[in-house]
Amino acid sequence: MSTSVILASAFVLSFVALLVFIWSQRHGLFSRDSTGANVIFGAEEIGRAEEPAVTSTAAHALQQQVNRASGKIAAPASASDLRTRAAADESSTPVVFFMFCAAFAWLLVATAAGLLASYKLHEPDFLTQHAWLTFGRVRTLHLNAVAYGWAPMAGLGIAMFVLPRLLGRPLLGGGFAMLGAALWNAALISGLASIAVGINDGLEWLEIPWQIDVLFVAGGLLVAVPLVLTLAKRKVEHLYVSVWYMACALFWFPVMFVVANIPGLHRGVEQATMNWWFGHNVLGLFYTPLALAAVYYFLPKVIGRPVQSYNLSLLGFWGLAFFYGQVGGHHLIGGPVPAWLITLSIVQSMMMVLPVIAFTVNQYQTLEGYLSALRYSPTLRFIGLGGLMYTASSLQGSFEALRSVNAVTHFTHYTVGHSHLGLYAFVTLVFFGAMYFIVPRVTRREWPYPRLIAAHFWLSSIGVAIYVIALCVGGWLQGEAMLDAGKPFMDSVSVTLPYLKARTVGGALMGLGHLVFATHFACMIFNLGPRRIGATLLGEAPAGAP
Amino acid sequence: MKSESRLLIGAMVMLGFAASALVVIPYVQVANVAPTSGMKPYTSTELRGREQYISNGCLYCHSQQPRAASLAPDAKRGWGRASVAGDYAFDTPHLLGTMRTGPDLLNIGARQPSVQWHLGHLYQPRAYVPGSIMPSYPYLFVIKDQAEPGDVVVHLPEGNAPAGKVVIATPEAQELVSYLLSLDRTHPVRAQES
Ligand code: HEC
Repeated sequence: MSTSVILASAFVLSFVALLVFIWSQRHGLFSRDSTGANVIFGAEEIGRAEEPAVTSTAAHALQQQVNRASGKIAAPASASDLRTRAAADESSTPVVFFMFCAAFAWLLVATAAGLLASYKLHEPDFLTQHAWLTFGRVRTLHLNAVAYGWAPMAGLGIAMFVLPRLLGRPLLGGGFAMLGAALWNAALISGLASIAVGINDGLEWLEIPWQIDVLFVAGGLLVAVPLVLTLAKRKVEHLYVSVWYMACALFWFPVMFVVANIPGLHRGVEQATMNWWFGHNVLGLFYTPLALAAVYYFLPKVIGRPVQSYNLSLLGFWGLAFFYGQVGGHHLIGGPVPAWLITLSIVQSMMMVLPVIAFTVNQYQTLEGYLSALRYSPTLRFIGLGGLMYTASSLQGSFEALRSVNAVTHFTHYTVGHSHLGLYAFVTLVFFGAMYFIVPRVTRREWPYPRLIAAHFWLSSIGVAIYVIALCVGGWLQGEAMLDAGKPFMDSVSVTLPYLKARTVGGALMGLGHLVFATHFACMIFNLGPRRIGATLLGEAPAGAP
Repeated sequence: MKSESRLLIGAMVMLGFAASALVVIPYVQVANVAPTSGMKPYTSTELRGREQYISNGCLYCHSQQPRAASLAPDAKRGWGRASVAGDYAFDTPHLLGTMRTGPDLLNIGARQPSVQWHLGHLYQPRAYVPGSIMPSYPYLFVIKDQAEPGDVVVHLPEGNAPAGKVVIATPEAQELVSYLLSLDRTHPVRAQES
């Protein structure tokens, strides 16, 4: 029997197993309502908007939109539910605050490095005197500051905030997570320094020397401790879908990271397949689930309406877990790897359409009729757009894996465009939205300048639109030129120049957005700005409102 | 079983599937593949040059994996035959790369065997290829008034060296070039190797 037959049957078998598995977990996959979706609300609370990111007047307007959409006027949440939630929020405050501060710092570092790398790509003689400022290192600093700095610090901070709310009790062992985050950041600082001086392991996404990686693993495990402790003592029966995503992300990442970094184990071509198993899964099985968890929590919470067709989210979850893990091989299409591996990856990439559709249906049905709420809630705007971009980037990724498309886009800037559609337009925008919700709960202050939130939103979204469109078009042209044997190689370089410049412009807008966001955050911490009233609302009716 | 254990076990099984497809099976199939005939291990100078290639991030713009004619005209560009697993028997860490902002380099040693060309190109790519967006690497060179005995002088095309000075290649630049020259997988592959 040939390898491909074995493989095909293994695939069919595991796919059938997946279906049986999902089926065994839940019947009524397609029924429209389910009590599971309601656990994020207190008793009687459905219909109440929660949006700490706005002033109380705006919150009132948002509530009216929600009332209109749902056709009823919901009662305020009960005092005991609010007390539980307040206790949950308070328990996670120190660790969330710490992680967010780190996230802001890495966001700015990563932006500066990314912008410089982008500029250098079309101005290759800019700042070339110092080794640490060469393109190859600045680009790598950018990637690592995003991959191990901004994304995990923001994502884990959000998880630490959401978990106690979803498990119905204060966070246990937050101190461990605090220590873990400190170790993690120490590791990242030394990792970036070592890349800057030119010591690295030579694998994309895994550049940080393995000696330092040990610290990341220790830090990561410590961050998982409160998850385990709080899960064990939880006060709720049903585990909400966001918990699945966050719990699995926290367990998947350390396993992948350890396997990928074992020194001396991986060799030659096998190392390359391992490299892309990791490189792709860190996106799909770490950042993506953290961001999806945030969408599944905040989107329904803000509009006070449970996720519709909640049971579909099961399909979305297990589909992601099963299919996504195996798609990384398409990074090596046409390379010296076994052909079955590429085929497997292409098949699984296409299968990813299933969980993505499941998510999209959830999101669409939940927001249906509530779109006017977008005008009043910045959290919703960021998360709504981010969620939409999950669908867009996943579909783009599925089609990109097809041999005919991949033959053109492989090795080009198109891939970079795609990765920013995923990691920025989806993951980062969702994280921004969640942070707008959480920071007021943590600092006990309102965002002082609503205008800055709007500016941030438009800078980031227009910036990333320019970025992604420029690189996708430029990358496609680059790929076509490279496939045309009649054209000299340099044609594939010169055709990209205008698009590389456009990318710098898009990136600069995004960077400006980040500066606005960070400044606003600093205003909150240092208590600057006009409004200085006490704790932001937890969802109670604003004083004086009917 | 409690729902969280079921969840985590399921999740780990899923990751296990993925790891066996992309890590374990390739490990069994190709991790210990024999070098293609005619290949020699890298010398220590070449290995130090390889370190330079990694530390300066050449791999983010250059692939090392020519594709088959059915997929892309790599061979017509002079980049060489499609590579096979045995071509990488001595390559740890692998440097297959994912970008072709610049050309594939797996056979650059065969295509461009001139040490002087490589040194000059690293000092200033645009002196050789107008419109190139490859960064210049002046920090791999020293500028002197006069060459001293033992110095490797870089002979740049007219007008590219600083006026009245000479450009000397550092040991790092020389090692890097010796690595580039070692990149030659033009030997034919036997049927059982592919
Ligand atoms: C920003 C992307 C980029 C980086 C980083 C980069 N290169 Fe290049 N490289 C190019 C481009 C574009 C070309 C084609 C134009 C030219 O020859 O200069 C090229 C061409 C080359 C060539 C000639 C290939 C041929 O077929 O003639 C060699 C050799 C080379 N690069 C080596 C290196 C080395 C060694 C490094 C690391 C020190 C490096 N490159 C870093 C973009 C890059």
